[in-house]
Amino acid sequence: MALHPTSTITDVAIIGAGPTGLFAVFELGLLGLKAVVIDVLDKPGGQCSELYPEKPIYDIPSWPVISGQELTDKLLEQIAPFTPEFRLGQLVTHLEKRADGRFTLQTSDGEMIDAGAIFIAAGAGSFAPRKPKLDGLDAFEGTSVFYAVRKRARFAGSDLVVVGGGDSALDWAIDMVGHAKSVTLMHRSDRFRAAPASVAAMRALEAEGKLRFVEGDLHALSGAAGQLDAVTIKTKAGLETLPATRLLAFFGLTIELGPIGDWGLDLADGKQIRVDTEKFQTTTPGIFAIGDINHYPGKLKLILSGFHEAALASHAAFKVVRPEEKLRFQYTTSSSELQQRLQVGDTSKAA
Amino acid sequence: MAVLHVTDRDGRNHTLEGAEGWRVMEILRDHGVGVEGICGGACDCATCHVIVAPDWAGRLHPAREDELLKLDELPAIEATSRLSCQILWEEALDGLTLTLAEVN
Ligand SMILES: Cc1cc2nc3c(=O)[nH]c(=O)nc-3n(C[C@H](O)[C@H](O)[C@H](O)COP(=O)(O)OP(=O)(O)OC[C@H]3O[C@@H](n4cnc5c(N)ncnc54)[C@H](O)[C@@H]3O)c2cc1C
Ligand code: FES
Repeated sequence: MALHPTSTITDVAIIGAGPTGLFAVFELGLLGLKAVVIDVLDKPGGQCSELYPEKPIYDIPSWPVISGQELTDKLLEQIAPFTPEFRLGQLVTHLEKRADGRFTLQTSDGEMIDAGAIFIAAGAGSFAPRKPKLDGLDAFEGTSVFYAVRKRARFAGSDLVVVGGGDSALDWAIDMVGHAKSVTLMHRSDRFRAAPASVAAMRALEAEGKLRFVEGDLHALSGAAGQLDAVTIKTKAGLETLPATRLLAFFGLTIELGPIGDWGLDLADGKQIRVDTEKFQTTTPGIFAIGDINHYPGKLKLILSGFHEAALASHAAFKVVRPEEKLRFQYTTSSSELQQRLQVGDTSKAA
Repeated sequence: MAVLHVTDRDGRNHTLEGAEGWRVMEILRDHGVGVEGICGGACDCATCHVIVAPDWAGRLHPAREDELLKLDELPAIEATSRLSCQILWEEALDGLTLTLAEVN
């Protein structure tokens, strides 16, 4: 893997923008290290923002109660002075340690990042759309079958089948009426996990004959050369084949380890990266693993553990990235150097 | 000793000791048979999806709305699919038999 001429150069590349990755930006920032944070999701916050934004968390030290999204928002506010660069909606696909001791990391968009150290803060792995198990599905993915709408124009004039009962499924089914030639919404039941207003809007379009709603499950796909022409569905009445040139499936997200499994790291149970408990470093010097993704004796998968691990790994990473410099241990309350970095306090005095 | 019988994703059978008041997901997770329970039992991740033996399905507390909604979201389920984090273990479940669903 050659170093791309336009690659971003940073002190530390953080894989994963969950609470652990975000807090690592802070700990690194205090030490004067810059970070680039990459996440496959299109927003920061990891599990807290993706799986439980509204749920209250009660065991964040000094926050008697805080919701998943509030925690993310507070972390973003706390790290703002360090102006981290985010690369969202990108999966880290490759990681390589170069002969010069630095790292090259590549994302699914082909971007190269050149970093002095790597923090893997990948939680339970990367989020990916859940896929139906159907023969020949691969051949249609990206041409006729989609799990998200990136380019609305792709659906113009199509016979569209939307599958799912959540907000995404309902909102897109409603949106595509008039844009697609025909819209069928299919869900396993008539229970929806969506805003009542969306359900009402969908029912109104159904009553006007502009959209068809059917209760059922996907059974088979047919078509040729990546072009879907029909889907067979299984309803209570039996099998039914309907013309379909586009399928939009919303089955929620699943979490899988993903490319991390191919980076030659020592894995416990094939899922967790083994680290030491002094630096939270992996078996490859310069690559650290923090938060839910790591494993060591006594590990607890708690947000607060990730915070602690981020602090220790940052101090260890400093010595990797700036081997010639001496690391001074300081408190934010009393160090004007740290306060300058945080852009707070009396910044006129020297440390 | 009240036990449950579980078939893992490789088809191996295990007999596990129950723990009063625990979620079945927690029992499966702590015995390392392949259930992750990423969300800790919040009906959010479906990594605890199991298929209950037909003769047991009717003997369990019925699924609540949030469990049904989550199950409906999955691409494939069986008639007796449950999220095991929503089943609380009690002595009366002695002999409960289930199969881990495929991860999806
Ligand atoms: C419903 C629920 C309730 C919870 N309640 C609590 C609680 O009360 N208290 C508590 O302490 N913990 C709780 N947890 C657990 C807590 O959310 C996790 O411990 C925490 O999110 C872990 O943070 P993390 O940053 O290590 O990983 P995550 O939050 O999982 O973030 C990791 C990020 O890395 C990204 N990623 C992974 N691989 C790649 C890749 N190759 N390329 C790009 N991006 C990648 C993922 O997309 C993800 O966004 C709860 C979890 C759930 C689901
Ligand atoms: S443990 Fe997550 S849904 Fe059951």
